[in-house]
Amino acid sequence: MTDPLNAVSEKKKGHDLPDSPRSVGWTRPVRALLADEDNPLPLDCGENLYPVTVEFETYGKLTAAKDNAVFILHALSGDAHAAGWDAEWKKYKRPWRKDRPGWWDEMIGPGKAFDTSRYFVVCANLLGSCYGTTGPWETNPRTGKPYGLDFPVVTVEDWVRLHVRLQDYLGIEKFLAVAGGSLGGQQALAWAVNYPDRIRSAVIMAASARIGAQGLAFNAVGREAILSDPCFDEGQYYQNEPPRCGLELARMLGHITYLSQRSMEGKFGRRFQNGTEPGYRLNNEFCVESYLEHQGRSFVRRFDANSYLYLTRAMDYYDAAGIGGGLEAACSAIKARLLLVSFSSDWLYPPEDTREVAKAMLANKKPVSYIEILSDYGHDAFLLETDKTSPLVASFLGRCG
Amino acid sequence: MANHKRWDHCLIYKLIEPGSSVLDLGCGGGELLARLVKQKQVCGQAVEADPGRVGEAICAGVDVYQKDMDRGLPEFKTGSFDYVVLEKTLQVLYRPMVVMEEMLRIGKSCIVTFPNFNYREVVDTLKSTGRMPVTSSLPYQWYETPNIHLFTLFDFLDWVDEHGVGIVDGYAWSNNRSRPVDLPADSREAEELLFVLRK
Repeated sequence: MTDPLNAVSEKKKGHDLPDSPRSVGWTRPVRALLADEDNPLPLDCGENLYPVTVEFETYGKLTAAKDNAVFILHALSGDAHAAGWDAEWKKYKRPWRKDRPGWWDEMIGPGKAFDTSRYFVVCANLLGSCYGTTGPWETNPRTGKPYGLDFPVVTVEDWVRLHVRLQDYLGIEKFLAVAGGSLGGQQALAWAVNYPDRIRSAVIMAASARIGAQGLAFNAVGREAILSDPCFDEGQYYQNEPPRCGLELARMLGHITYLSQRSMEGKFGRRFQNGTEPGYRLNNEFCVESYLEHQGRSFVRRFDANSYLYLTRAMDYYDAAGIGGGLEAACSAIKARLLLVSFSSDWLYPPEDTREVAKAMLANKKPVSYIEILSDYGHDAFLLETDKTSPLVASFLGRCG
Repeated sequence: MANHKRWDHCLIYKLIEPGSSVLDLGCGGGELLARLVKQKQVCGQAVEADPGRVGEAICAGVDVYQKDMDRGLPEFKTGSFDYVVLEKTLQVLYRPMVVMEEMLRIGKSCIVTFPNFNYREVVDTLKSTGRMPVTSSLPYQWYETPNIHLFTLFDFLDWVDEHGVGIVDGYAWSNNRSRPVDLPADSREAEELLFVLRK
């Protein structure tokens, strides 16, 4: 007989539960107003945005000298809930957080790579996203309606500008490190290039100075799927049915780019979803179809289609070299120590693209660490290969203090 | 007293001026550079091709750039380091001379160490057994050795001479001790050699 009080939900298995010594435990989101009418946030597009609220979480304790803060940067579909278990999932209607810890829980916690018994770890939601930070879902105080497509186009540099305000709000002059993968890695690079005096080091994983034409193309098709959904309604769908099919398609496409050929073969191969015989039907026949459909469906329950448009556009625009500029010149401003981690099977941000950042650092006679980790997990490796990345990150942080 | 495996490691450590800049090519697990950074305050950068060793070097606390040196090192500017170190690596490279030329371009001084294939024990073993020698400096069977470009002290000196490279200093590991190089006797007497070069 199992004791129902001690029974752990099947879904929670494999994670560090809230009472585990390796978990940051229960977490609560915090919100801060970081731009208002008197102090609006200037954006790259020329607009001045206000009000701007940022949702963030913190784990661990800030030292009196405020010199142990690490800022974690999330990727496209992430949020401020990077570790631990959300104690307020009901309050903010986020049931998907009930059975799973934060998105980088394997990296953040006591004794983990971002060791919360040593570091004060902060993670904040991005401008334009849909997890508590101002975005297209929020009511535009000037119209009384959700912003929808009236939300200004934001950039990675805008995100960093806003998060520097959060840094000031927390009274931290310099982060010991900023760290992230994918779009989070691009933000880490933007911190290093644009705010060289505000960080000591940056951990950049599965990211590069810019995405190439192939990445731009995938993002374009994802957006097109959303825009052509009959429910899209010029982005003002909040009172009605959201464009589920479009967002689902965008996510399915995205997931293909996050895996590798080999990981897809290993995970699904040509297996049928039901049985071993063909069913002679058009839908949901192979395991890989079913997986993508599941990913798409669960995504639409937790993500806003407009946010997808804005965040992918920011990802498109980002180019550390600037328009027409050189990466070597851009990196000349960097004062932070960099740890660049790429993964051999990542074809969204291929290792050779990450290496370009290392080369630009070396050309500036700046020390850099660059490693290409052998992995079959594709772009997702930055979330999955934590056994391989943890010791690197831990020792890198250890000497950046 | 330095043991055999580490004699060049210890000597390189001694030769490098405190506070200088050092590029360690083929750094392995990064032990030498980590020690130089910590104890001699050098500004260090390492290069290593093997991802496992790169990981070890990062954990050892050095900045290491993963790269196969046989493809050249154009990302490093001419004269950008006080020292470039190539410790027992030349003989495992596919294009050793490309790497030699690159290191002489990048470093103001270069420190190279290598095993001498004309060392008497090596040659005598080869002659007496008729089989590829397995010695303390060449500890591999022929089928598992990473050493694809074995050479002798004279081979090395020929190359140095042909390329107008200056020898600043030379040391030999012979009879279980390290001492200044002695020519031409070390052609057979030196098990391993260390040279400080300048272009």
